[in-house]
Parts: sequence; structure tokens; C-alpha cells
Amino acid sequence: MTVQEILRQCEDLYNDIDFAYVRDWKTRHGAGAIGYMPVYVPRELIRAAGMLPVGIMGAGDLLEIIKGDAYFQSYICHIPRSTIEMGVSNRLDCLDGMLFPAICDVIRNLSGMWKLLFPGKYAKYVDFPQNFDAELGGTFYRHELRGLLADFARISGREISNDDINEAIVLYNENRRVIRELYALRVERPHLVPTYEMYLILRASNILDVAEHTALMRDYLTATLREERPVRDNIRIVLTGAFCEQPPLGLIRALENSGCNIVDDDWMLGARYMPDDIPVTADAIGALTDAYLTGTVATASKYEEDGNKGAYLISQVTRSGADGVIFAAPSFCDPALLERPMQQEALKREKIPYTSFKYSEDTGQYQVIREQTGTFADAIKLWGDA
Amino acid sequence: MSTTATESVQKEQSMLLQKDMIADHFRRLGRAKEEGKKVVYTFVPGNLNELILAFDMLPVHPEINALQSAMRKKSAGYIREAEKHGHSEDVCTYVKCDVGMLKSGNIGPTGEKLPEPDLLLLSYTGCFTFMKWFEILRKEYNDCATVMLHVPYQGDGAITEEARAYVVKQLREVLVPQLERISGRKLDHDRLEELLASSARAEEDLVSILESAKQKPSPIDAYFGGVYYIGPIFTAFRGRESCEEYYQVLRSEVEERIRMKSGPITPEGPMHNEQYRLVVEGPPNWTSFREFWKMFYDESAVVVASSYTKVGGIYDTGFRHDARQPFESLADYCLGCYTNLNLPSRIDLLEKYINEYEADGFLINSIKSCNSFSAGQLLILNELEKRTGKAGGFIESDLVDPRYFSAANIKNRLESYFQMVDAKRQNRHTPSSRERA
Repeated sequence: MTVQEILRQCEDLYNDIDFAYVRDWKTRHGAGAIGYMPVYVPRELIRAAGMLPVGIMGAGDLLEIIKGDAYFQSYICHIPRSTIEMGVSNRLDCLDGMLFPAICDVIRNLSGMWKLLFPGKYAKYVDFPQNFDAELGGTFYRHELRGLLADFARISGREISNDDINEAIVLYNENRRVIRELYALRVERPHLVPTYEMYLILRASNILDVAEHTALMRDYLTATLREERPVRDNIRIVLTGAFCEQPPLGLIRALENSGCNIVDDDWMLGARYMPDDIPVTADAIGALTDAYLTGTVATASKYEEDGNKGAYLISQVTRSGADGVIFAAPSFCDPALLERPMQQEALKREKIPYTSFKYSEDTGQYQVIREQTGTFADAIKLWGDA
Repeated sequence: MSTTATESVQKEQSMLLQKDMIADHFRRLGRAKEEGKKVVYTFVPGNLNELILAFDMLPVHPEINALQSAMRKKSAGYIREAEKHGHSEDVCTYVKCDVGMLKSGNIGPTGEKLPEPDLLLLSYTGCFTFMKWFEILRKEYNDCATVMLHVPYQGDGAITEEARAYVVKQLREVLVPQLERISGRKLDHDRLEELLASSARAEEDLVSILESAKQKPSPIDAYFGGVYYIGPIFTAFRGRESCEEYYQVLRSEVEERIRMKSGPITPEGPMHNEQYRLVVEGPPNWTSFREFWKMFYDESAVVVASSYTKVGGIYDTGFRHDARQPFESLADYCLGCYTNLNLPSRIDLLEKYINEYEADGFLINSIKSCNSFSAGQLLILNELEKRTGKAGGFIESDLVDPRYFSAANIKNRLESYFQMVDAKRQNRHTPSSRERA
């Protein structure tokens, strides 16, 4: 496959807010599909039940919000509006359930709204421990996972064995491994993995069956290494704050065109929340629990016991050899915006330049942001500082 | 106007008592460092006051500081100060008001400087912002000792055994050792039990006071007056003798008003001629609290039940702190606070209030910077209208940011709302444009 063919497939998946792939997959496999909101859910359990995990990240700028706005005040972020809009316009009928991970008060309350709006559908708030001791938070989380497993067994109508979970863990480990390769290539030779392409390929993981997605990424890696692409005089940037509501594709392209190679980021974080492999053991639930407690990256919705705010962001900058940081958060996103001043203080101490802006998933005007990030890039190129 | 303008506004004994209690608490805070008392910053929902008091430590509640700053017209400046330091205009104004106050010298409501925390006790109950708030304070106070109590959300509308066990285990194995370390003393279990027993007695009186609003006329306003009534039990006083005494006195005053068939006490004296009985969802606005209240009592509207008076504990559905099982009851308390309920449970509770208190309607005051309350309130409005057939109203303001309180706009909406209640009450049904079409 060529890069262009792969991208066309990813763009089609991105643009399809009627979820044709999901409907087709369900028919082909005679199995269910479970939707989930950002940031992370243990997709391995859904896969172990023979079902398709489907990441729902709003509808971006692809859908006119007609009914969704009637459910939210003007000062609530955009992702729940378009998600509700998709729900009430029957676009999500193909899902046999929805998971709402503990990330913020809005997504939390959306779980209750879903129960009321779609009473026949499975809707579950997934609580994650903010205590990371194996005996405390670990015990609680194990029970949460066992509850999910029981629910998935009921929905799918099949028993789920430890082997089933391990099989799914192996598939997702492979997926994580190829994602790591992709990010490594981007850090090493960013011109070969433009941000726009990288984003679309990762975004496809929301929809595609995991094995299919892994194969797609492998095809892309092979194809892009064959491409001849110009090396641009861009600065290297880490982008942070976009872990839930996603920026529109046009904005992602505009950032890159403004002179920024985004060499690390936190969008599509769920696919990279556990960067390392999860071991295959006789206690698969235990392995998933341990991976959550000890092997997840830092993000604003997760408590940092050591209080070392900004340390992970700085490590992203160091690892990727970035010149600076772009704080890109959705408007009214409490976790990202409350986190921001603490992270900025940490960057100041390390003399790492940064710039900040807000967006919403349906932002239509990129020019102002493009000028801002372009100026930021120019300042770094000229003076090594913003 | 419903109150009698010529009546002198006499402070009741309970009001004077509460004033003294607060003044005394802030005096103690002012002397805390010189007297070697340890200070714990913590939040109102899911607060562990009995545990803090059992270690002879003094609590400070940043939300209370913020709302008091707003009532003293200081919050606008504090919020600007925080925004100058990079805090977004989009986020919780309680946080920004608190940070701004800290940056401006941390002067408390009595004019005395508040002591710095020896411990940040992060009771993570019903609000994600709490976590970020104390992460911010932790940095502001030079990596002050911080302890997290993670309270799981009632996602499926009930407290599970596993959630309770998780909270109890954290209390025993994380919080108590940390409190022992900071205070330098072992937990006195007998003292904790005494404090919990005292809490339960005060809670009994509080429920009686809140439920007095079932009377007609209601002797209390359970929102504007209610925020004063919950003050001691939601904050630094639950478990103390003074708290018990306060609720005994308040209860006897309310019982006397029932006997006299008097309405609630407003800032302009007793309200007569109750016209509208309302249930209110959401916190009040604090920057224009009096002006906001006046919009109600000028229309002879009384709030008979509110959800805001349940953020620091829902007692009227039966929960009491229990000295026989201290940690379990502290866990149930934390798990059961209003903002820890899922949306369907919140609607069930509000529906129950509308029915049991024979309300004429319900009103949502949607707070710009409080997603924990606000996200989903428009669905609450629709559901309650559907279930009860009562008139629902929706207004918007903010907790402590005066930029988001538009008196004229709110007054207009309220006037229309009261007309709607009248129409519903008289069973007049005006077809909407959609129905006509």
C-alpha cells in the first residue's frame, strides 16, 4: 500500500460519523461493539469478549450541532455536545454500550445523562483509582475490572477466560510496540512522519480492529520509508493538553504548516497510556491492574502522588529533543486548563519555551493560531527562545 | 414587598451564636502557629472534621474562604490576580479566588492572616477540580504535605461494598498514619467516637430544621437561609459541643416559628404571605447574595428544599455519623454527598423534594464555573418537568465571579418564571408555538 492509499483509508474512517466500519464489522463477526470516551479504558477486556472497542471522540467539525446544544450551557466544552448529537441522531445505535472513564466532571455527568437518554443501552462510568498502592487502589480497580468483565460477558453472551484476556493483551502489546516505532521514527526523522498523517493513523485505532490497525501502521512504516520528502526547517515541538476533545484536522495541519514538527503529544492518549508491554500471566486482570497503577503516563486527570508536576512533560521534551512546548487545550477543559499553570512553572524553571492557545473541536478559524505558533517557531529559530 | 418594612430586624440567638463560633474559629487559626496547633486545609464535601478534631488540629476550608471573599466584595480582585498568574478565565472561580487571596497575603474574613497548612487533606469527593486545586496549593505552599482520599463516584447510583472498603482502608492505612505523623499524636479512638456521637445529635436537629419547610407556611428558607443553617455542620464545627448547641437553639427557634405560623427570616425581617414554594438545584451566587435573595422574598417566594444544602452531606435520607463504626460511617458520609450522586439519583432526590415539600416549581441556578453541578442540568430540568408537571426555571450565574452575575437578566427571568408558576397553578395552559404549529 502507498502512503496515500493508507491515508485515504484513515481519512474515510475519520470522516465517517455513521460508523459504517463498525456496522460492517459487527455483521461480519456476529458480535457487539462497545464505545468509550477519552482518555483510557482497558480495551483488552472488550476484545477478550469478542467485541469491538470503539473510541468516541466527538464529531469534530463534521456535524452540525442541532440538538446537542440544548443539553449543555455555553460554558461546557464541545465534546459532550457532539457526542449527544451523534447519540440522539441514532449514529451510535451500532454500539451495544458506552463507557465513560473517570476524567472530569463533564464526562462523569455525561454517563448519567446517557443512562437517562438511552435507557435500553449499557452505560458505565469507569472509575480509576487515584490511590496507586496495589493493596488499596489496586484492590478497588481489580473489582472495577471484574465488574466490567461480567458486564461484557453478559452483553456478548460468552464466558471470558484468562486466556481470552491474554490473547487480547498480546494483540494490544503488538499495537503499542508499533506505535512506539512510529513515534521513534517521528522523533528521528519527523519529515517522514508528518503530524497530520501520524494523527490520522493513530486516530484509526479508535475504530479499527486492533490487529487490522497494527497491520495498517506497519504498512505505513514501510511505505513512508520509501517516500522522498523534503526536510523542512521546522522547530520540534511537544504538544500537550489535547488528551480529550480533539483539535480539528485543519488545525493540526495548520500547526505543522506554521513551522512546527510535533514530535510528541498527548492526543489519542488512550492508545499510548501504557507505553510498555503488559505481561501475559495466569492473572490477566492483575496484570492490567498493575499496568494501570505503575505503567501509565502522567496526565491531568490522574493524581500525581509525588507532586512532581511537569516532570513527565519535561521528560517528553528531553526524550524527543524538542525545542519547546505548545499548550493546546479545549475551551472549558478543567483538567487541562487547571494543570497548565503548574506545567508552565516547571517549564520556566527549565528554561523551556512555550506558547498556549485554546480550541474547540469545531474551531473553524486557524489563522490566528497559525500566526501565534508561527511566531513562536520563528522566535525559537532566530534566538533559540520564545 | 412581603416583609414588613417597619419591623426591626432582630438577630436571633442562633445567628449570634454562629457569628461567635466563626469568630472564635478564626481567632484560633490566627493563634495556631504560636500555640503549636497544626492546620489542615480540606474541602467541604466529604470533609473528615471529626477525624481532624480527634487529632486536635484546626481545619481551613478554601471554598469557604472564597465565598466569604465574594460576600466581602474581594473576589473580583483575587480572581484577576490569579488570572494574571496564568489561570484560565474558563476554570473554577473558587480556585482562582483562593489562589488570588493567597497571592494577596492570605487575609481571612476576619482581617487576620490565615495560617499556612501543615497538611492538605484532599478529600476527592464529587468534584475533579478539588484534585487540581490542591495540586496547585501544594506547589504554592512549597510542596506542603498532602494526603489524598479517593472517594469513588456512585456511577451506578449506589454505594458498593468495594467502594466502602476502599475508602475505609484509605482512612485507616493512609490518612490516620499521615495525621498521626503531622500532629505528632496517636489517634484517640474514644475521642473520635465522642465526636461522631455529637455529630449524629446535631445532624438529627439539622434534619428536623430542614424538614420544617414541609409546613405551610415554611418557617425557613432552605436555600438562602439554608446556607447559614448548614454552615457549622458542613465546616469546622461538626462534632463539637458548640455545634450541637447551635442546632438545638436553631431548632427551637424554628419550632417557635412553626407555632406562630411565621415565615422565614430574611435580611429585611420575617417574610409573610408565602406565595411560591420552590425547590432549587445548584449553588447560590455569593457576590450578590443579598440582592439575589431579595428577588425571591420580594415575590414572596420561599425555597423549601435545595440540593446545595446537601453538598456537605445528605442527612434527610437517613444517614448519621455512627460512633459504633467510625471509619465505615465516615466512608458512607463521603460516598453519599450530593455531588457524588450520579445524575439519575440527583433527579430522583429533587423529584422527591418537589413532591414531599409540595413545591409549586423548581429552579436551577446554573453556575458557570462548576461543571460538577452544571453539566447535565438542562436534562435535569427536562426530566423534572416531565415527571412532576411543575414549572421549571433556569438561570445562570457564577459562584464568586461578579462578572457573571447579571441582576437585570436574572430578575427578568425570575419574573417570567413566577408568571409561569402562576399559570401552571391555575391550570391555564398556553400552547407553545410548536404546539400551535
